[in-house]
Amino acid sequence: MAAPRRSTASDKHPRAGRPRQVTRQAARLAALLERLPELANGDRRLVWEGRFFSADLLLGIDGLQRLLSVREGRVTGFERGPLLMRSWCFAIRASAQAWSRFWQPVPAPGWHDLFALTKRGAASVEGELTPLMANLQYVKDLLALPRRLVKST
Amino acid sequence: MAAELEPITGRYLRLELQGRPHRLYFEEAGTGIPLLCLHTAGADGRQFRHLMNDPEITGHFRVLAFDMPWHGKSLPPAGWQRTDYRLTTAAYTQLILKFCQALELARPVALGCSIGGRMILHLAIEHAGRFRALIGLEAADFQDPWYDTQWLDRAGVDGGRVSAALVSGLIAPQSPAESRHETLWMYRQSGGAVFKGDLYFYRVEADLRPRIGRIDTRRCPLFLLTGEYDFSCTPADTRRTASRIAGARVTIMKQLGHFPMSENPAQFRRYLLPVLEEIRGLGRNRRTGAAGGTDRRRRQGKGR
Repeated sequence: MAAPRRSTASDKHPRAGRPRQVTRQAARLAALLERLPELANGDRRLVWEGRFFSADLLLGIDGLQRLLSVREGRVTGFERGPLLMRSWCFAIRASAQAWSRFWQPVPAPGWHDLFALTKRGAASVEGELTPLMANLQYVKDLLALPRRLVKST
Repeated sequence: MAAELEPITGRYLRLELQGRPHRLYFEEAGTGIPLLCLHTAGADGRQFRHLMNDPEITGHFRVLAFDMPWHGKSLPPAGWQRTDYRLTTAAYTQLILKFCQALELARPVALGCSIGGRMILHLAIEHAGRFRALIGLEAADFQDPWYDTQWLDRAGVDGGRVSAALVSGLIAPQSPAESRHETLWMYRQSGGAVFKGDLYFYRVEADLRPRIGRIDTRRCPLFLLTGEYDFSCTPADTRRTASRIAGARVTIMKQLGHFPMSENPAQFRRYLLPVLEEIRGLGRNRRTGAAGGTDRRRRQGKGR
């Protein structure tokens, strides 16, 4: 697993000027997300699957937010923020615990799929969902990539 | 070189259903106790090809599986273009009973998965005496929905792609890639509108919670097998259902999801073979007769 990161300035609340409640677990998982562009763009089959998908999506881990830009299946941008008044197409948010269990190499029952998480109330999906649903397998496979970096815990 | 032919044969059966002529495709293999298999929503009878190719099953059972109308090789009835397909309890029940009657299946065993599993429970409530035993896979009297079925049939979203992507999460991570993707291919091929129409039965019509307590397993044994990775019909859903049925037998299957017979046939048969063996034993001690008899009188007043 990649080394833990400290929370960055982007994780500070813009008005209060003090850090959001960022747990070590969330910071560690956000570090995994940093590898997403490299993992995605190195997977030719995945890029081909996503050839019709171009969108900006927001990923949330507890209070942390990251903006992922995808163009024709390639991850072209990864922003830590500050994400002030940024537009995005859709957002997928989950608790650090949920992402941690979701990214296990062999996830446990009920933690193994995006909709398993939403059904149990551990994740949310919101925004303009048409691009998501039209490219659902691609997005699900993209989100599952950090499993390749994690050893079973 | 001799052709490598599987023991499965397929034929078309002419049936009148809901007052309209239908041409129903079905496959079968084996001899012995009839075992009628009901496929999941938005799929077809190919899900049971592994059962039909398993000599340990076909040596004792005549395994049959039809493609429901609108599915697989069974066409929709003439005039389909003027209607929205919606599966109803009445139509699904009539299909099963008429199929059994037409083929003169003598008190068959019925096995159904997902919507087929829900139908198994309905048959246990209303038609138990017609069956030797009932096996519900991924079956519950009710399940909480987890997505909006409007996504299955709309412009701009490929129905096959979105159907397959949705159900892909219901397959256990341990299932082999080949059988996982074979299972998903059936959803890629099936129309999203057909999947959506099946779910009308599942989500809207057939909430069995008010009637589930009427099942009497002394008249027809009921086996419920659910995969641990099924978050659509969860193990908790099946256990809750079984808690209201005296004598229902529940097995939670490890490393399996919502499509046990097709997503991981080798793992599934470990759970299915003992059930079939037990049913064969029951069969030696129970009377036999043609499907189609009425059970209404015996059902009255039991377990309500």
